[in-house]
Amino acid sequence: MTEELDLLGQDSDGGSEEVVLTPAELIDRLEQAWMNEKFAPELLENKSEIVECVMEQLDHMEGNLRRAKKGDLKVSIHQMEMERIRFVLSSYLRCRLMKIEKFFPHILEKERTRPEGEPSSLSPEEFAFAQGYMMNTETYLKNAALKHMPPNLQKVDLLRAVPKPDLDSYVFLRVKERQENILVEPETDEQRDYIVDLDEGSQHLIRYRAIAPLVASGAVQLI
Amino acid sequence: MLCEKAMELVRELHRAAEGQLPAFNEDGLRQVLEEMKALYEQNQSDVNEAKSGGRSDLIPTIKFRHCSLLRNQRCTVAYLYDRLLRIRALRWEYGSVLPNALRFHMSAEEMDWFNHYKKSLATYMRSLGGDEGLDITQDMKPPKSLYIEVRCLKDYGEFEVDDGTSVLLKKNSQHFLPRWKCEQLIRQGILEHVLS
Repeated sequence: MTEELDLLGQDSDGGSEEVVLTPAELIDRLEQAWMNEKFAPELLENKSEIVECVMEQLDHMEGNLRRAKKGDLKVSIHQMEMERIRFVLSSYLRCRLMKIEKFFPHILEKERTRPEGEPSSLSPEEFAFAQGYMMNTETYLKNAALKHMPPNLQKVDLLRAVPKPDLDSYVFLRVKERQENILVEPETDEQRDYIVDLDEGSQHLIRYRAIAPLVASGAVQLI
Repeated sequence: MLCEKAMELVRELHRAAEGQLPAFNEDGLRQVLEEMKALYEQNQSDVNEAKSGGRSDLIPTIKFRHCSLLRNQRCTVAYLYDRLLRIRALRWEYGSVLPNALRFHMSAEEMDWFNHYKKSLATYMRSLGGDEGLDITQDMKPPKSLYIEVRCLKDYGEFEVDDGTSVLLKKNSQHFLPRWKCEQLIRQGILEHVLS
């Protein structure tokens, strides 16, 4: 996204942090959030500020393109850029929606028991969607079969029936900020836990559970 | 053998390929529910016998029937839930309007679930920033180029492109159209991407 055409002169607001991002930085952040979400086994914290800013950016670009001279080569290039950004954004949101649908009882339970002050992993719209999905599925199961079953079997505990995200799955990561003393727990009884230091710029293959908080804080990037 | 019918339901889905939705096995489900009713009633009478008549030798049988009931419930719910997942995939593959052939394979309750799901998804997409929201069922693949060559497989009629001009989509006609406009029609089988 170059500035030469002066189609993008707007700075985006970074949301709650009150940081002003250039469009290039915003798209960078979007791509990082997208990759993290794709490779993490559980639903990560929602980045609705980034989503909103990117949508604003796309609207802005579209407005500019409509006013620009037709047939200009730069118009096509910017249109391509817009399509690429739209793809990344859609893919990011699709990934989140799929995880919400896959783990809906656990996500809703986590939200219900969330302590005051801790940020939600769901945006308000995602929360409404998750609730709707849960109600829809429960009502369906009741009407299709459960209500015809014997009285003591008319309930299904979805928290036990639906599998939880596998936090022990392995992920690739690149270290952005040096970390010390990361505890790696043993997989088998013969091994013992050991401590690793993560150097900046290094890449590792490690169990997600060990580094989950580092993904949330932005210290590592999943690849 | 007990729970045989329930196992058959599960096997039926296990055999169906990914994304395929076989017809709703209403008969099979009904038979499982009948078996469950019979088992429950037998257990009811045995429990009464055991309590009043002191027949504690009936308890293992009661436990066995209870296990069968639980297994039947589990298989049934697995069958229904797996079908829901397949139906959900249909919304993402075909869009809001399903082809008739698939609709006949769904029960009335499944249709209800599908309609609710569509609405919920539409509400969510509309809320995504801006006035119209963002249709995330589009842009499923990374864009390679702005325009693509497509061939029309069926008669579709007039199709309007961005700058106002409209194109007549007749069978076997070929066009050079913006990629994102064609995506949905390609998925519905009306257009075919020509890779030459």
